[in-house]
Amino acid sequence: MTVVDTPAAAPRPARRRWSLPDNGYRAVLAVAAAAVAALAVWFLVSMIVQARPAFSTLGFSWIVQKTWDPTHGRYGLLPFILGTFEVTAIAVVLAVPIGLGTALALAYLVPQRARAGLSTTVELLAAIPSVVYGLWGLIVLAPVFRSTVEPFLTSVLGWTGLFDGPDNGVGLLLAGVILFVMILPTMVAISRDVLAVVPNEQVEGAIALGATRWQVLRKVVVPGARSGLLGAFTLATGRALGETVAVALVIGNSPYIAHSLKSPAATIPSLIVNNFGESTGTELAVLFAAGLVLLVIGIAVNSVARWLVWSAAGSDVGAATR
Amino acid sequence: MTTVADAPVDPTVERRRAVQQAATASLRRRRLGSRVALGLCWACLAVAVVPLVAVVAYVVAKGLPAWNLDFFTHSTTPEGIAGGGVWNAIVGTVVITTIAIAVAVPLGLTVGLFLAESDGRPAAALRFTADVMTGIPSITIGIFGYIAIVRNFGYSGLAGSFAIGFVMLPVIVRAGETAFRGVPRSLNEAAMALGARRATVARRVVVPTALPGVITGVLLAIARGLGETAPLLLTILGNEYLQWNPTKPMESLPTLIYSYSQQPFADLVQVAWGAALLLVVVVLILSIGSRVLAGRLRKERR
Repeated sequence: MTVVDTPAAAPRPARRRWSLPDNGYRAVLAVAAAAVAALAVWFLVSMIVQARPAFSTLGFSWIVQKTWDPTHGRYGLLPFILGTFEVTAIAVVLAVPIGLGTALALAYLVPQRARAGLSTTVELLAAIPSVVYGLWGLIVLAPVFRSTVEPFLTSVLGWTGLFDGPDNGVGLLLAGVILFVMILPTMVAISRDVLAVVPNEQVEGAIALGATRWQVLRKVVVPGARSGLLGAFTLATGRALGETVAVALVIGNSPYIAHSLKSPAATIPSLIVNNFGESTGTELAVLFAAGLVLLVIGIAVNSVARWLVWSAAGSDVGAATR
Repeated sequence: MTTVADAPVDPTVERRRAVQQAATASLRRRRLGSRVALGLCWACLAVAVVPLVAVVAYVVAKGLPAWNLDFFTHSTTPEGIAGGGVWNAIVGTVVITTIAIAVAVPLGLTVGLFLAESDGRPAAALRFTADVMTGIPSITIGIFGYIAIVRNFGYSGLAGSFAIGFVMLPVIVRAGETAFRGVPRSLNEAAMALGARRATVARRVVVPTALPGVITGVLLAIARGLGETAPLLLTILGNEYLQWNPTKPMESLPTLIYSYSQQPFADLVQVAWGAALLLVVVVLILSIGSRVLAGRLRKERR
């Protein structure tokens, strides 16, 4: 430590001198930061390099072809891309209204005393490992779907054509429902945080104008938090797109395009995890390339989500479920 | 009545009454709508809470019967042979996760400190990278582990640690940054004013003050890492025998649950439930512990 014995001579702090501990400290921090950045780059580059043989031998058309038949050299990825988006769509269609309703209830309706407990309960859903949801879905929910839920939905909504075919239990619908349960906590936790950021004056103003509680929520709170909510939904979508084991356990794993909600199907992650062990050569490169396709979709969705949430409510929102 | 009817109708009174009626009707309508909509919100809350209760209830009900001394002390046995446990999977999970923590926690916290102290473009870019990394599909992290480690050194527990560490790293970075940023500026400045170097400030002021927050974040990251399955499926191969050596293929709890749940044999599914219960209990203890810690911290600050 240096002793400054002439304080009057220094109207503003003197330029810090070079010192080993200070610069060493900053160097350690910078090196660690660079290491993480390098890791991210290494990850991206190695994914691209390993996927390249698939593109150089097969071109790009396989990504949108329909037939997956590795023994005959057909590597159509379309059924899996569609499957990925279909289960995600089911999950999001269920999770958006229910997640928003839950977040509103948690942020504005639940009495103060119960709020923390209920919030924690919902957030703890996010901590349960996905493979446990998969196990639960496969052993407990699938038989219920086969015996009760699917026949019921077929009798009520069969005319739409969405529920053709036999009741399998496992399939698109069950995978979508399991995903819905899994992404709900993410959606609720972030939505609740961005809803709470809406200024109190606006809420009070609306109440003073005679709005009912629902009108306050509908016309002031939700619009005020719009972009943050959109971010929460997008983030949950990203999580759903990338989920592997829970979906792989309950989707039935069929490499054909699903013709109904009850059909077994497959997603890109389930394709990879089911075929990885036995693949070599071109098929392995195709799996890497499928992973790259998934990664690109995932990064795009996540970047948009982060940007939306950040711009709405700062960068620390939703820390509990990260 | 006659007198009123005879008197010339006062347009103001008339209008006032019309407005009053309309307002009452509107209020009634809006109140009804409000009640219905808020009821739906409550219903949503119920729908959100039910699955947690259901999952936890099923895991406890089906997993508890699988628990006995053999379950925790013996390794897996093939279908039909009694006395099997998950000791090999417990050892694998503990070893793999410990190695991942040993690397990811110091590295992640250092980067968190860097982000807390830096503003500007490189820091913002790194922050964004870390956030996007938390959302990367975990199966692609498994592929990365396979490419980076398994291709060169074979399937091993270490390859699993690498992948799990990669999953935990961004979570720890962001949690660390949040905790370090929460240290009051005045404390920082006071230490600086006393002539402390930045390294000293970090070591003696920032890190101790932020410690509860840091521990909370690290516990959450560990909970996340413990349950990750997809990266391990591509990196550790699995091992039905006890294996302490992380350079060899290992078993783990999540991968065991994944493979046993697909078995047609009731006794193996039973083992899967038991392992699921163990995993859920550990993860919930970590998550709840981190919350309790965070709550206590908030109380102290007040």
